[in-house]
Amino acid sequence: MTMDMKPTGLPHAAAGTEQYLSFLLGGEEYGVDIKKVQEIKGWDTVTRVPYSPAYVLGVINLRGSIVPVIDLRLRFSLEKVPHDATTVIIVVHVPGDRGERTVGMVVDAVADVYDVANANILPPPESLGAVEKVFVRGLANQDGKMLILIDVDGLVVSSVDGASQAAA
Amino acid sequence: MTLDLEMEEIIKVFFEESFECLDAMESGLLTLDTTADRETINTIFRAAHSIKGGAGTFGFMEIAEFTHSVETLLDEMRNGMRAVTPDAVQVLLQSVDVIREMTQSAQAKQPILTVGADALNGELARILAQKNVVAAAPITDTAALPAAAAPVPPKSAPQAPGNVAVTSISGWRIHFVPELTLFETCNDPMRIFAELAGLGRLDVTAHTDRIPPLPTLDATHCYLSWTLVLHGAIEQARVIEVFDWVETVSKISYEPIYLAPDAGVPSAVGAGAAAPVAARPAAAAEPAAAPAAPLVVAKAGSDAGSIRVATEKVDALINLVGELVITQSMLGRFAEKYDPEDLESLRRGLIQLARNTRELQESVMQIRMLPIGFSFNRFPRLVHDLSRKLGKKVELKLCGENTELDKTVLEKIGDPLVHLVRNALDHGMELPDKRLAAGKSETGTLELNAFHEGGSIIIEVKDDGAGLNKARILAKARERGLVEPDEQLSDEQIYNLIFVAGFSTADTVSDLSGRGVGMDVVRRNINDLGGHVQIFSNEGVGSTIRIRLPLTLAILEGQVLRVGKEIYVASLVSIIETVQPTREHLSSVAGRSELFKHRDSYLPIIRLHDLFDIEPDTRDIAKGLLVVVESDGRRVSILVDELLAQQQVVIKSLETNFKHVPGLAGATIHGDGTVALILDIPGLIHNFLERQSGRIELAA
Repeated sequence: MTMDMKPTGLPHAAAGTEQYLSFLLGGEEYGVDIKKVQEIKGWDTVTRVPYSPAYVLGVINLRGSIVPVIDLRLRFSLEKVPHDATTVIIVVHVPGDRGERTVGMVVDAVADVYDVANANILPPPESLGAVEKVFVRGLANQDGKMLILIDVDGLVVSSVDGASQAAA
Repeated sequence: MTLDLEMEEIIKVFFEESFECLDAMESGLLTLDTTADRETINTIFRAAHSIKGGAGTFGFMEIAEFTHSVETLLDEMRNGMRAVTPDAVQVLLQSVDVIREMTQSAQAKQPILTVGADALNGELARILAQKNVVAAAPITDTAALPAAAAPVPPKSAPQAPGNVAVTSISGWRIHFVPELTLFETCNDPMRIFAELAGLGRLDVTAHTDRIPPLPTLDATHCYLSWTLVLHGAIEQARVIEVFDWVETVSKISYEPIYLAPDAGVPSAVGAGAAAPVAARPAAAAEPAAAPAAPLVVAKAGSDAGSIRVATEKVDALINLVGELVITQSMLGRFAEKYDPEDLESLRRGLIQLARNTRELQESVMQIRMLPIGFSFNRFPRLVHDLSRKLGKKVELKLCGENTELDKTVLEKIGDPLVHLVRNALDHGMELPDKRLAAGKSETGTLELNAFHEGGSIIIEVKDDGAGLNKARILAKARERGLVEPDEQLSDEQIYNLIFVAGFSTADTVSDLSGRGVGMDVVRRNINDLGGHVQIFSNEGVGSTIRIRLPLTLAILEGQVLRVGKEIYVASLVSIIETVQPTREHLSSVAGRSELFKHRDSYLPIIRLHDLFDIEPDTRDIAKGLLVVVESDGRRVSILVDELLAQQQVVIKSLETNFKHVPGLAGATIHGDGTVALILDIPGLIHNFLERQSGRIELAA
């Protein structure tokens, strides 16, 4: 046994590298910190909740918990498409004011898992397209493709808590 | 190590019991305020004594020592040697707080701070030094007093300052802390104790807190120390004599115990005293056998989520589980061999299973139900302290303490109630002279009342104070721009202004209330629990704040409703009836408010499809169904398309992962796994009527 032997089979390759789950949304590839992801589940019946903005599709039953579902296409003001076989709900957990909060995000499809070195993450550009700046943590160049890294906490907070309370 | 685990269990019990004793002391002391009853003082004394004993045993010397000083004062009161003055009671109450704090730190495995105890020790000493003694003697059934004062050498009584030579000595408490090298001087504590036992009855408590972990333990050292209680009127010199040989190698303190006239302690010498002596110090010979440390690691706060359940509730549960097992084995037969002939008995089995399940569910819910007295208990003390501080005279009445409600609700209602009680005392209740001037009795009454009504529990905080000053609230609201200058408000609307965040009419901000935070928090907390607050007030006569809360947060008897494609659940208890309206019963006011004539009253109609923006089957009221619902005595009718099943639903929170949605009390899960939302009927009515703001004469 030599000292320079590298541990193999561990999810984290090296320090300063984070793993991201990438998903597709209108042809763009987004990445979310894999530690935030609880599970990926198929499309489920969503119950609409009154007074919610359009991008909050409603709530689903996740093994007995009531979990809100955000349609990221609508959230990012992308064109609405019918849900198909590849449509999935990425269930993430984020800190909330009552402890951990579980939220589902509807995306076109999940793509891959990448190791992204923190050093390779660029800050979000000054001008952003459909995506509001608060949700973008940074951009990463991965195998020649651009990966948009999402700040899940900011996204959920602005989508759920900031959701307009039309009638009260 | 099982020993450690056992120890841990025992210490846990000690903490539990100590807190119970402290509660007993507190409630006892509070009644002393009015009547100094001998039995009560005895109870308080016994409670203090238990804590002291336990604390000493487990090595919490700080607690034991401080409790001892408290006990000294209580002992004198108990023996009628000291009058029960409000001053003394106040100090004792503070002492209870200090002991509680110390015990809590001990429980949390934190160092026990003696700052509070030191301060109060001074107070206690001051009271003990007062030569009041029985002058006032308000204690009923006062026992005969000791006439003779025993000769006490002045250098004695090191821990009971000032109170020397008043009473005769009934014994000695000796703290004997030998140096580690005690055995090297050829001294044997056993012999000393045996000699002491020859003087009088001896109780020995060994302290094991100095014993080091086994690897560092030196078997030739004496790690033990002792607290010895020698009963009998024995001269100090004779006691000191016994310790002559070890005086140089140990720390010894002698503390006199004063005579308790009714204690019946025999001053006769050495009656049957050898037994306890022989038993206890035996540990000294083999110190390694003693637990390594009195404090074994336990998770702090591990009891946070525990619940105490009456045995009969558990028994009922066990019976039900027994029945369930029988049903299960009966149904299990069908899995092995199914014969179509058995269909009838299969059906019977399933019915039985359904019944068992339901009963089981009810019994389990029962376990979570606790009497509200747990929450009311803190109020005698709070009211006592506050009224003292404010210079007001208040009598607290508690009613319906046995009313049961869900543990979660109970825990969350505590703080709002404290707020309301504080407010009532600070703002509502007048000073004694003002009350007299207003023709009321000098002492105000504050009433806390709890009772069941339908599927809810009602808690009322009622005072006979000044009541809410409507004019002042309105003026303040106008000043702050909350209300338009020419806007007319109903009484209820005015009262509800006090729930607005930051609203306060108090001219002076006290440390109790007046900062305008509080009432909004109270309302929010209660709304979070699915409850509602209502205020009734009569200027000059008093106010009542009425809180309505659901009995349980977990299960709801629900009526499933359909509007268009959406399914909602309404609480069955709030539904009066459902009717298919005929056109002649429908009318409208000013072309906008729709009314339904229900019996002798006109009810506003809430179109659920409009409210929740749903595409309904029909917008024609006459083709739909009107569900008449009631909350807080107010009725409205809700338009829906269809009534579906009635069923028990399990309430799930929308807020855990999402947020509060107006008009919804939560969500539930259907048999097919989909989510249905639960209507918050009181909230719906409230919001609807607020928007209609008094345009409709309500059917009460």
